[in-house]
Amino acid sequence: MSYQIPKFRHPDLPVNELGYTKAAYEGSISTLCAGCGHDSISGALVRACHELSIEPHKIAKLSGIGCSSKTPTYFLGKSHGFNSVHGRMPSVVTGAAMANRELLYLGVSGDGDTASIGMGQFAHVIRRNLNMVYIVMNNGCYGLTKGQDSATADEGSAGKKGDVNPFNAIDLCSTALQMGATFVARSFSGDKEQLVPLIKAAMSHRGFALIDVISPCVTFNNTAASTKSYEFVRDHAEATGTVDFVPMRQEITTSSRPGAAHEVTMHDGSVLRLYEDADTLNPFDRRSAMMALMDHQAEGTILTGLIYLDKNSRDLHDVLETSHRPLNQLEEGELCPGNKMLVNINASLR
Amino acid sequence: MKPTDLKNPEYFHKVVDCQYACPAHTPVPEYIRLIAAQRYSDAYMINWYSNVFPGVLGRTCDRPCEPACRRVRVEDEPVAICRLKRVAADNKDDISARLPAVPKKKNGKRIALIGAGPASLTVARDLAPLGYSLDMYDNQFAGGGMMRSQIPSFRLPLTVLDEEVNYILDMGIDATFDIQVDSLKQILDKDYDAVFVGTGAPRGKGLNLPGLEDARDHVFLGIDWLASVAFDHTDKIGKRVLVLGGGNTAMDCCRTAMRLGGEDVRVVVRSPFEDMKASPWEKEDAMGEGIPFYNNHVPKEFVIEAGVMKGMLFEKVEAHYDEDGKRSLIPTGEDLVFMEADDVLMAIGQENAFPWIERDLGVEFDKWDMPVVDKSTFQSTNPKVFFGGDSAFGPENIITAVAHGHQAAISIDLLCRGEAVSKRPPPMTNLASQKMGVHEWSYDNAVAPDPRYAVPHAPLEKLLKDRKLEVELGFDPATGYKEAERCLNCDVQTVFEEVRCIECDACVDICPTDCITFTVNGPEEELRTRLSAPAINLSQDLYVSADLPTKRVMVKDEDVCLHCGLCAERCPTGAWDMQKFLYNVSGTLV
Repeated sequence: MSYQIPKFRHPDLPVNELGYTKAAYEGSISTLCAGCGHDSISGALVRACHELSIEPHKIAKLSGIGCSSKTPTYFLGKSHGFNSVHGRMPSVVTGAAMANRELLYLGVSGDGDTASIGMGQFAHVIRRNLNMVYIVMNNGCYGLTKGQDSATADEGSAGKKGDVNPFNAIDLCSTALQMGATFVARSFSGDKEQLVPLIKAAMSHRGFALIDVISPCVTFNNTAASTKSYEFVRDHAEATGTVDFVPMRQEITTSSRPGAAHEVTMHDGSVLRLYEDADTLNPFDRRSAMMALMDHQAEGTILTGLIYLDKNSRDLHDVLETSHRPLNQLEEGELCPGNKMLVNINASLR
Repeated sequence: MKPTDLKNPEYFHKVVDCQYACPAHTPVPEYIRLIAAQRYSDAYMINWYSNVFPGVLGRTCDRPCEPACRRVRVEDEPVAICRLKRVAADNKDDISARLPAVPKKKNGKRIALIGAGPASLTVARDLAPLGYSLDMYDNQFAGGGMMRSQIPSFRLPLTVLDEEVNYILDMGIDATFDIQVDSLKQILDKDYDAVFVGTGAPRGKGLNLPGLEDARDHVFLGIDWLASVAFDHTDKIGKRVLVLGGGNTAMDCCRTAMRLGGEDVRVVVRSPFEDMKASPWEKEDAMGEGIPFYNNHVPKEFVIEAGVMKGMLFEKVEAHYDEDGKRSLIPTGEDLVFMEADDVLMAIGQENAFPWIERDLGVEFDKWDMPVVDKSTFQSTNPKVFFGGDSAFGPENIITAVAHGHQAAISIDLLCRGEAVSKRPPPMTNLASQKMGVHEWSYDNAVAPDPRYAVPHAPLEKLLKDRKLEVELGFDPATGYKEAERCLNCDVQTVFEEVRCIECDACVDICPTDCITFTVNGPEEELRTRLSAPAINLSQDLYVSADLPTKRVMVKDEDVCLHCGLCAERCPTGAWDMQKFLYNVSGTLV
């Protein structure tokens, strides 16, 4: 009997620009249920970070409480991590991001952690446009406490016990748009081809980037009557169009596919290419994005892909005009400039 | 690609690399697990049924299984399969009661076996329990063939050989030793129902170099010299010995010479070190005994002074390889090298010789004077005459001879029952789940880096004084257990059932070696380019499912699968399962 992952890896794994294989971005073996969508999202994060050649120690992964919030143990084992209080991950990220703007902040949360206990923090961190990636592993139920409906469970959906949810669902993408989010996407744990480029784009976005990932709970919410089951999501997902992410260092002319509807140069110089299949959505227009979400909701389908992107996003550091150097790199003399400076400041306020 | 046909027993057989590479297809992982469980007798019997001489082969096998071992592809060194076989043989209990019974009442069919080497003995063992009357003829004083005459006792003690030869001879085989069969016609005239020829490749090749006439008393053919040592006709050799040749016989010659008084023993080979035919471990052992190899030296002539051999002259060459890898040895132009020698052993190859087979008996010979033998039935053009072992297709090794023997026995049995010899029985296979609990399998599925354990040797100073003292001491049971645990259990197959799959990707995410991909189907060559990890080892198959609901297929590259079972552990629906695949080549006994 065993429950451990062998140390052997494929001998011909590709290495990224740092010379690392994917293995450098892996974590401990998952203790979630077999088949949990969250593990696929962890896999997608590993792939995205490897392909972006991010140095593992330049990432901080923060989470709250819940199945979702356990996952940071299962990826990026060499990165910084903080498992915070239930629903309070955004405030911890805010503090960390203010102190050290040079790390990439990856917040991992679930539907309970975000839409119930953490709803207030979620709203305010969006409002402030904190520079972070916020991933919701959204399974519509409380998997750690035997699968009760969560606030994102759709009205009429039923989990393993069969009780139909009588309440209206909170749609996190709509909420985020309403709160002024500058990057909003939705995806599905079972579709890495879509999810991985979205994660890369979110990581290159300057400002708050939400990816609401529908992630089926195989144990409690993968029933025929659930709207967050593998089968239902596969049958009802409608992508806004496919997304290609071209990192800054990769020469754009070598891209494989022509005919991109939009090319967006991200803050770090990389390029996001959007190939649209339908013309119902303008992903650079907040009202169009809201309309598209509501239209799909009315049809009973799930809109996935990049839903909204503000090309002129200004993050919290820009707004507050904070120091360009991280606080943790400032010397004592800069942090405490002395009595003379204090006198000058006081004088300017008279 | 078409979905993989799991009904074809060869698909999963090929995944068990060691078993597939073994000429006799011994179920290797199955007996290795039994060794780990200290069920040595059971492990021995699996071997005995499959390869007839586990104790002999556990010391002397050419081990084609080991280069094929999956450990080579994920770590470095293969599992010491051969030496584990010896652990089973060394630690077994008395197994005589487990040997198949031989009926007292015979079936009336009489078979002649010419030669008492591994091929003939295998035929005898496979047919005796069926009631055949078997007459065996051999020119040596005891059974075993080249295992007795050519393999030195320091590699294969006589007690081990005798035990396993006697298991067979004791089945009521009517063996006549010390007899030279010099006419196949005479044998056929005795009205046998079938004749099996297992006479090996008994003729050593020699080099006719200038000076040979005068040096003749000091120049010996390797295999003949080894035989005369084995039979106690020779017990000493000169102090300075040159061994010509780079194969396993050369290694046995030089090491034997060291034990018979040789002090300056050298192996001189035409080819570069890497191209030498000897098994790497034989080379290592010879070098470990302090024997130097002189590579790229082509023998030119014997140096005779006043009618006495002084040594030999060699020309130095360099190996050049053309685009097809074909080698040519080009002289460097340096002066010839002189090496002193009291005696010279020529071990440059051996060949078949059938002067005793009359050419008007319906046994056809080809242009190389080799009998025309069917590769699967081992029948010659005379339907009653079969060939096997080295005498069928030229020099190979013991395990190949055993494999030939099994097939020839099936043919002889079919012939005697009046059936077509081309009607080969299919292999017997079994596939069964190994799941015991949530994280529990019936086999040790944990896989860890674990370098191969070395077999301890007896002290060299003792070895060189006693040519019969066995060099290898064998693994003790504790080390044998550790080595057995290195086995990756490749026979426990990852079996995928597409109707259960919900495409959650859990298997893809957990697989430590990135074997699994869900993608749209395509031609194999193109499909290989878009899998999770490079699938560049074309000798390893892709396992492809039927179409899944999303119109994709599951593709698994078998190349570096660790058989750790994590895909099955992480599968929420049981679409993946670990199932043990037993594959037994059908023989007359099973």
